[in-house]
Amino acid sequence: MLKIKDLTAIVGHTPILKGVNLDINRGDIHAIMGPNGAGKSTLAKILAGHPAYEVTGGEVWFKGQNLLELEPENRARLGLFMSFQYPVEIPGVSNAQFLHTALNAKRKGNGQSELTDAEFAQLLEKKRKVMEIRPEFTARNVNENFSGGEKKRNEILQMAILHPDLAVLDETDSGLDIDALQVVARGVNSLRSQHRAFLLITHYQRLLDYIAPDFVHVLSDGTIVKSGNKELAIELEKQGYRWINETSTT
Amino acid sequence: MTAELALFSDYKYGFFTDVETDSLPQGLNEEMIRAISAKKEEPDFLLAFRLKAYEKWLHSTEPLWANVNYPPIDYQKMTYYSAPKKKPVLNGLSEVDPEVLRTFERLGIPLEEQKRLSNVAVDMIFDSVSIGTTFKKKLEEAGVVLCSISEAMHTHSDLVKKYLGSVVPIGDNFFATLNSAVFSDGSFVYIPKGVHCPMELSTYFRINDRESGQFERTLVIAEEGSYVSYLEGCTAPAYDTHQLHAAVVELIALDHAQIKYATVQNWYSGNPKTGEGGIYNFVTKRGRCAGIHSKISWTQVEVGAAITWKYPSCILQGDHSVGEFYSVALTNGQMQADTGTKMIHLGKNTRSTIISKGIAADLSKNSYRGLVKIAPRARGARNYTQCDSMLIGDACSANTFPTIEVGNASSQVEHEASTSKMNEEQLFYFQSRGISKEEAVNMIVNGFCKEVIKELPLEFAREAQALLSIKLENSVG
Repeated sequence: MLKIKDLTAIVGHTPILKGVNLDINRGDIHAIMGPNGAGKSTLAKILAGHPAYEVTGGEVWFKGQNLLELEPENRARLGLFMSFQYPVEIPGVSNAQFLHTALNAKRKGNGQSELTDAEFAQLLEKKRKVMEIRPEFTARNVNENFSGGEKKRNEILQMAILHPDLAVLDETDSGLDIDALQVVARGVNSLRSQHRAFLLITHYQRLLDYIAPDFVHVLSDGTIVKSGNKELAIELEKQGYRWINETSTT
Repeated sequence: MTAELALFSDYKYGFFTDVETDSLPQGLNEEMIRAISAKKEEPDFLLAFRLKAYEKWLHSTEPLWANVNYPPIDYQKMTYYSAPKKKPVLNGLSEVDPEVLRTFERLGIPLEEQKRLSNVAVDMIFDSVSIGTTFKKKLEEAGVVLCSISEAMHTHSDLVKKYLGSVVPIGDNFFATLNSAVFSDGSFVYIPKGVHCPMELSTYFRINDRESGQFERTLVIAEEGSYVSYLEGCTAPAYDTHQLHAAVVELIALDHAQIKYATVQNWYSGNPKTGEGGIYNFVTKRGRCAGIHSKISWTQVEVGAAITWKYPSCILQGDHSVGEFYSVALTNGQMQADTGTKMIHLGKNTRSTIISKGIAADLSKNSYRGLVKIAPRARGARNYTQCDSMLIGDACSANTFPTIEVGNASSQVEHEASTSKMNEEQLFYFQSRGISKEEAVNMIVNGFCKEVIKELPLEFAREAQALLSIKLENSVG
């Protein structure tokens, strides 16, 4: 479903990605781990189409389309979702309005009928309860005065409503206490399906205790230096990232 | 081209210009004022009014305290009178500037309405003249007077004499005084006692084909227990060959009367890159809540003009009277806006509300300036002020200059302010959820302005919303 080939990218003049290769199939859960500054978040943002990152080489194919040629909104409508590490606040726009507009934009883009206010309210209510989000949330402005945990839960709620084919979760576990982490993990696990793939980006192994990945990759200095299964994450946790650099250079 | 020459040259958008057949030479002196008055065949009291104003103007100085910069204006190089002219009638929409047409389309203005706005000759059914006549008849039946002020000084000279200059005195400020000396024309509205004006007066003005002129004068009088809603301006882009606009608007609300006055201002704002050209909108607007339980509401959506200097105000004279000011001021390119309000509480238990939303983008300067003054005798007065600014980009600036003077201990004043920034991250957040950048700007800006937009007459609210996002399109990301 997603095919990344020799992807290179810069921010400003600094090379960040130096040739990333990755294949993701439907139903798979991949985790990308790596030290700070390895390019993990850059990869997530490039997939979503953030304007600050410039792709200098390589290809990315998603559901048979050249992803890099699409505007960010069209990537989302095609079924890509990125959960932000630091979701922004949007004053003056309510969560309900935001999500309703987003969902209808996606449905419209896929030739489906738009949801009425009542239909959407019903859907939102259902998903909200799964994510243990308070009812007054829908009327509040997007992420405004939300705690770190609330913001992350909101990201997962958005994912649950937008029903993506591929969800990229960028450091969703960072800054979460253990209770919030469990809620988020439950949300993600409830969306696991053979039609949907996940790419989890994380610094720590902790998240993977709750969401079991099929594949684990280590990103270091802009390339994937090691791939394996869940055991690799446990090994990393034990030995630290230095171990990777030592083993990969030898 | 020197700054001064640029200031007075006709800019490229002067496509509405016609050959001026009837105008007086440049310059301002007593003789000129007598000539203006004579051309309009005015009653003596008006000539006296003009001369007195001119005398005061000679001794007044241009206000320099506003947070705006512009080269000195040479008042002797301006033309102060040209006969009110009709906009040229066009044969079809194909003759209208394509830029204007594109804006119409995006504002969602219906085709027939587009034709009326650009003064295209239309077929009999939609003939603007006949529709205008229908409106006029409806107003007449209700006893509402709506005419030009030139007409009113003959047909309703008592009212004009009584109220002209009663809210904005002759020597009020430099620009208002200049207006009092040389005003060309404007509107006169009179709502008799107990009459609820049967239509939004905006509907009427939508089909008006008269050019407003640079020194417009408006007088609205609402008698006891009456109600009127008036909208001036238009969402469509407006161009004029005159650079300086110094209008005066006076509103008078008697016991239990209510006036809602809304403005949508979209004057040409100059070249966004060079800052050259654009209208100077130096306007004095003031309402007097003369009677008990009277109410005056100002709503403004200011998105045009190179410089805006404007403070629609309320004098809350009658006990229990209410003043409101709802404002959106959007500046981009090199626009400068210094706008706000004054709420002068004189009567007991008077109340005022100020909601100001400033949006600054590009290199523009956007300032809120306000005064809340509560006189010692205005016991139990209350004010609530909320001033919010939104910045787009790093090169613009937003300022607030609030002044609060409270003269007694039984009054209550609240002031809230905030500044926020619209940035690439926010827009990307929308996009990453499938919402286009245009829609994102639209949602953010309209979310920011919703408290003000909802005060506009319904038919304009939607247009005003679209207008805000169109204006910002090139300023974002």
